[in-house]
Amino acid sequence: MSLIEIKDVVGGYGGAPILNGVNIAIEQSDIGVIVGPNGAGKSTTLKAIFGLLKVDSGSIAFAGEEITNSLPDRLVPKGLSFVPQEKNVFTSMSVEENLEMGAFTRKDDFSTTLDWVYDMFPPLLEKRHQKAGELSGGQRQMVAMGRALMSQPRLLMLDEPSAGLSPRYVLEIFDQIVKVNKAGVGILMVEQNARQALAFASKGFVLANGQNRFTGTGAELIADPDVAKSFLGGEAKR
Amino acid sequence: MNELIFFFNTVLVSGTVLGSIYAIGAIGVTLIFGILRFAHFAHGDMMTMGGFIAFLLAAAFSAMGIVAPVPTGFLVLPIAMVIAAFIALGIDKGFYAPLRKRGAKPVTLLIASIGVTLIIQGLIRLFFGSGSYSFFETETKQLFKIPIPIEGVTRTINFTQPQLLMVVVTVIAVLALHLFLTRSRLGKAMRAMADNADLAQVSGINTKLVVRVTWIIAGALACMAGTMLALDVSLKPDLAFNIVLPIFAAAIVGGLGQAYGAIAGGFLIGFAETLAIFNWAILLRPFKDMVPFALPTDLAVVPTEYKLTVAFVILVIVLLWRPTGIFKGAST
Repeated sequence: MSLIEIKDVVGGYGGAPILNGVNIAIEQSDIGVIVGPNGAGKSTTLKAIFGLLKVDSGSIAFAGEEITNSLPDRLVPKGLSFVPQEKNVFTSMSVEENLEMGAFTRKDDFSTTLDWVYDMFPPLLEKRHQKAGELSGGQRQMVAMGRALMSQPRLLMLDEPSAGLSPRYVLEIFDQIVKVNKAGVGILMVEQNARQALAFASKGFVLANGQNRFTGTGAELIADPDVAKSFLGGEAKR
Repeated sequence: MNELIFFFNTVLVSGTVLGSIYAIGAIGVTLIFGILRFAHFAHGDMMTMGGFIAFLLAAAFSAMGIVAPVPTGFLVLPIAMVIAAFIALGIDKGFYAPLRKRGAKPVTLLIASIGVTLIIQGLIRLFFGSGSYSFFETETKQLFKIPIPIEGVTRTINFTQPQLLMVVVTVIAVLALHLFLTRSRLGKAMRAMADNADLAQVSGINTKLVVRVTWIIAGALACMAGTMLALDVSLKPDLAFNIVLPIFAAAIVGGLGQAYGAIAGGFLIGFAETLAIFNWAILLRPFKDMVPFALPTDLAVVPTEYKLTVAFVILVIVLLWRPTGIFKGAST
């Protein structure tokens, strides 16, 4: 039984479906990366899992439990977390308040998780009383990830965590994602920097037109000449 | 010196009282806007309704022979606020929640709130008629006169017990709200939802609970502001409907969605109004023998009847300088 299993999901925002049968399965130890051209339904897939759009058919199971069309306030306590691509911090609130909001569904004492997050993202500790809106793009992304980790998720979903970041920060964020995964959190992310992300992915999914085109380990996908040619911008080289 | 005390009595005392009422009303408007993204036009009438609830309770209390060292209006205020909070929840459930469920636009909700305005005013007129009532028909307003120990000063600093209590109650309400918004889990969730509703939902924040808490606070504060206004002047069906415009101006000047902005905006507009209608010629009176020409007798910036325009002048000036309000509120 996989941690999350998405079977033949069809869905969209009410009009023509954007997802036409997506299949994804990953374990808690995995880093799953979804790549594909614009409009392929990558972000839509994450939103469908998180109940932010309607799934018309197919099923989504988390740890064996059916969660199709569940809303976030039910999913977060189950162990799912989501970091949207844009507007993913509360800009008018302090870094620490942002993190506290991630723990909203928890009734227990979350101070050890808070320490763990500060441990994972040291720059946040010294800026913890600063407003999140005043931070740099890279640090905002850390706040966003930190917020999502505060609920102690088993699966962290990230929508283009590297979007808009300078190359130096992209590497840093990827490093942190791997670190989070090593700490025992499954990762499912959508990424534009496909080749870079597949390099550390244990599972890769190439979507096109709302359907799986290729599925394999990250290394397999990079090595596949068809994938490289159509989706990674050229033959496998380097 | 006597003239300065007169200035203090008419401008500072009544400015503080009016500012408190505007501030408490504007907090509700701004909180509802922050969370639900629509201008709650019926807020003024929720204030009036709160005033009538307090009035009924006060009448019941005096009928039962309950006497307190404070005016009965203040004694019953906590109970009236609880009742008003429940009514606010009911209004949301009955009128706004079904619209939100269908994905209604903010404009639709605004129009619905105008409907609620008419309903509340109609109901009040149905039960109470269109006359005015006073909390002080049986009891008297205790007047405090503080003499100034300076030679030649005959005037005293005057304010009534209700006015003093209003300021005290406002300070308590503002402090309580501040602690709620910065210390409590729900208060922070409320700020989070006002900041970014989508992210609040994604974080697993129970947004429906936050909406309910918003109505409870807005309803209770509306009742408080309405009762204070009724205690300061008198109670009539269109009591607060007439000040809904300065209250909105206060919320917008402060920055929509910003509770602290609403407080600042409320006092700014309250003082601006009292300053604008103050007859400045009074302050010039001591100098009348020193100038060779006759001083004008009326030097108010605007006549009392045009008090409402002051709020708009302030609004225009502030928005030219800071388009989203003093505290940088929402621009939509």
